[in-house]
Amino acid sequence: MFKKSFVYLMICMFSAVMVSAAENNCLTCHADFEEEDGPSHLITKDIHIQKGLGCVDCHGGDASLDDMDDVRDSKGYKGVPSYKDVPKFCASCHSDAAYMHDHNPSMPTDQLEKYKTSVHGKQLLKKGDTNVANCISCHTVHQINTAKLPHSSTHPHNIPETCGKCHANTELMKGYGLEATVLEDYKASVHGAALYERGDLSAPVCNDCHGNHGAAPPGVSSLVAVCGTCHAIESELFNNSPHKVAYEENDFPMCMTCHSNHKILKPEDKWIGTEEPALCVECHSTDDGTTGIETAAGISNALKSLVQAQSEAQLALDEAIEKGMATTDAEFKMKELRQSLIQTRTKLHSFNLDSVLPRAEQGMKEADEVKKNSATLIEEFYFRRKGLGVTSLIFTFLIIGLYFLIRKVEKK
Amino acid sequence: MSDKNISSKMFDWVDSRFKISALVDYMGTKVVPTHSHSIFYYFGGISLFLFIIQVVSGILLLMYYRPGADSAYESVQFIVSTVSFGWLVRAVHSWSANLMVFFVFLHMFTVYFTQAYRKPRELTWLSGMGLFALTLLFGFSGYLLPWNELAFYATRVGTGMAGAVPVIGKDLLIIMRGGTEVTGATIGRFFGLHVAILPGLFTLLLSGHLIMVQRQGMSEPIDWANKSDAEKKYMKFFPNFVLRDLLVWLIVLNIIAVLATFFPDGIGVIHWPLGEKADSFAPPPAVIRPEWYFMFAFQALKMLPSHILFLEGELVGIIVFSLGGLIWAIVPFIDRKAAIDQKSKLFVAFGYFVLAFIIFMTLYGYMVE
Repeated sequence: MFKKSFVYLMICMFSAVMVSAAENNCLTCHADFEEEDGPSHLITKDIHIQKGLGCVDCHGGDASLDDMDDVRDSKGYKGVPSYKDVPKFCASCHSDAAYMHDHNPSMPTDQLEKYKTSVHGKQLLKKGDTNVANCISCHTVHQINTAKLPHSSTHPHNIPETCGKCHANTELMKGYGLEATVLEDYKASVHGAALYERGDLSAPVCNDCHGNHGAAPPGVSSLVAVCGTCHAIESELFNNSPHKVAYEENDFPMCMTCHSNHKILKPEDKWIGTEEPALCVECHSTDDGTTGIETAAGISNALKSLVQAQSEAQLALDEAIEKGMATTDAEFKMKELRQSLIQTRTKLHSFNLDSVLPRAEQGMKEADEVKKNSATLIEEFYFRRKGLGVTSLIFTFLIIGLYFLIRKVEKK
Repeated sequence: MSDKNISSKMFDWVDSRFKISALVDYMGTKVVPTHSHSIFYYFGGISLFLFIIQVVSGILLLMYYRPGADSAYESVQFIVSTVSFGWLVRAVHSWSANLMVFFVFLHMFTVYFTQAYRKPRELTWLSGMGLFALTLLFGFSGYLLPWNELAFYATRVGTGMAGAVPVIGKDLLIIMRGGTEVTGATIGRFFGLHVAILPGLFTLLLSGHLIMVQRQGMSEPIDWANKSDAEKKYMKFFPNFVLRDLLVWLIVLNIIAVLATFFPDGIGVIHWPLGEKADSFAPPPAVIRPEWYFMFAFQALKMLPSHILFLEGELVGIIVFSLGGLIWAIVPFIDRKAAIDQKSKLFVAFGYFVLAFIIFMTLYGYMVE
């Protein structure tokens, strides 16, 4: 009895070892004839392999077979899907809520549905246009990784380049009537500078405004909402401003009208005013029947005055600092002044003088306080010098007097 | 009634009650040796004068300073920015503290190299060593009180070193910090130490030191033992030496006034800018360094390997420093040649080695930064 059991046990163990070895047959054969950048080599760092999935989980077939022809004939073999079929191929798992729950419960399962609504999805699935992006265009084929990893093609830092593979391709974009300058424009923008120069991963990249799987250009009506995701105060002020209705009526692209879209540059105070290069004059004139020009002039003057006052306050403060005075209070007030300038610039999105001027006036008061405080410190600096001069003079007289006293005493 | 009569009547009034005429007569006979190194006799007096400035300016600072993690930094900021002449008082306190450490070092080394510690002044030397240690403790405890970034990290490193002391290290660290970390509790302890315990101990020890100096008089150069009385020159202690002392004190006071006005936050490596408030969650500053007078020890400990044989490098450093300090303190008892008025080359060489080590390590410490 014991001998029989032992033999069965040995057979089971041997079989398990054989099957385990056989599971590697896909990689064993493919690695033999594929280059270094072939799937069998790249897949080793792919998240699916790391999560315990194998080749057959996507491509089907029997991995234990030695012969490739036998594998192709084996049950469930799917092979390589056509470009058009890739979304469905991936979705066979990624849209399966129960399956995904077992492997990655936090991952959504609506990618395919969203993709169908995207410009890419419509082109590919309805028109059969294989020049548009599908899953593998962004996620790669066999080196798919979570967006959290810096080397992943979907990591925020790499997204512009990933989208740029197609959208910066002039030949490809020409067919769709699109400019291929988006990547270049983005890199020149404040958002691009935040991402590339400061390494700020919270800076918006392509998918933050366009969406990812459901990628589409935001419609005119949703532009304020898209920009307002981050610029909430500006968007609220704009929504309550007279411009909101006027832009809607004239079909102006909301925020984009002044700030552009991909090449969003650092705004300058000269953009608002009554003369070129102010953007206001592109629509407004003195006889347009609105108060636009007066408002632009008022905001422009308030900003100019505040910037001038800030510059004077900074000069006074720098002098006090340079003289080695304790400028903590003045520096604190200076921070408030900088904040006031930022808030005044923000408030201008209301395009309403009643909203902008009080903040600017507050800033002017703070500038006066900084100047006054700094002037007092500079005055104090000279007072200290004079005080030292007088004290040293007294000490010197005492020292001389004492010296003569010592001489007199020692002569005795 | 003439002035002379008034003063003599006042003297008689006091003398009839306290019998001070003997003391005055004694002071009248007291003399100070005059020779090429007489200048050394003024260093102790300068240190004493700087201590008096410390006490006066410290009391003024106490009127506004509020210990505590939430108030210390703010109160110092208030002192230097709002209180009338607060900046001056803080600058004078800081400059005189640094100068006091410098002159105490100078006083100690001049006494050592002239071997003035020899019999019968062994106890004067020992009390002086105690005052030296207390002066360093004054500096260490005062550095944390503004509760700024630099002070916080320097104290963390400093108390961390104390934690490496064998056997009692961990307990010592907790006692010093008032817990395992440098917190508001540490300020409370350092404040108590700085304004109550240390001044009390210092005053007691200083009184003993001065009484011994007055009783035994100034030490004569060691080679005077072979000189005849005719070859020796002296000056009267009162009023000649006292007036000269006063003159030096006035010059020092004037120097402090100039330094405090032109450099209220110090200059170069001797500086105490208030900077940012201490924040234990903020990243430490790029350069953490102690006060200049601790730099030699800090640098030497930093250069030691992590382990020497089976002991931690830092522990070995602390043991070596402790043994060195002990030998330095008991030098009057082991320098047998000096006791019989003979120069000991070995102890002079040891003194030069210590001095060179301190200077080299201090300079090296600032250079590697």
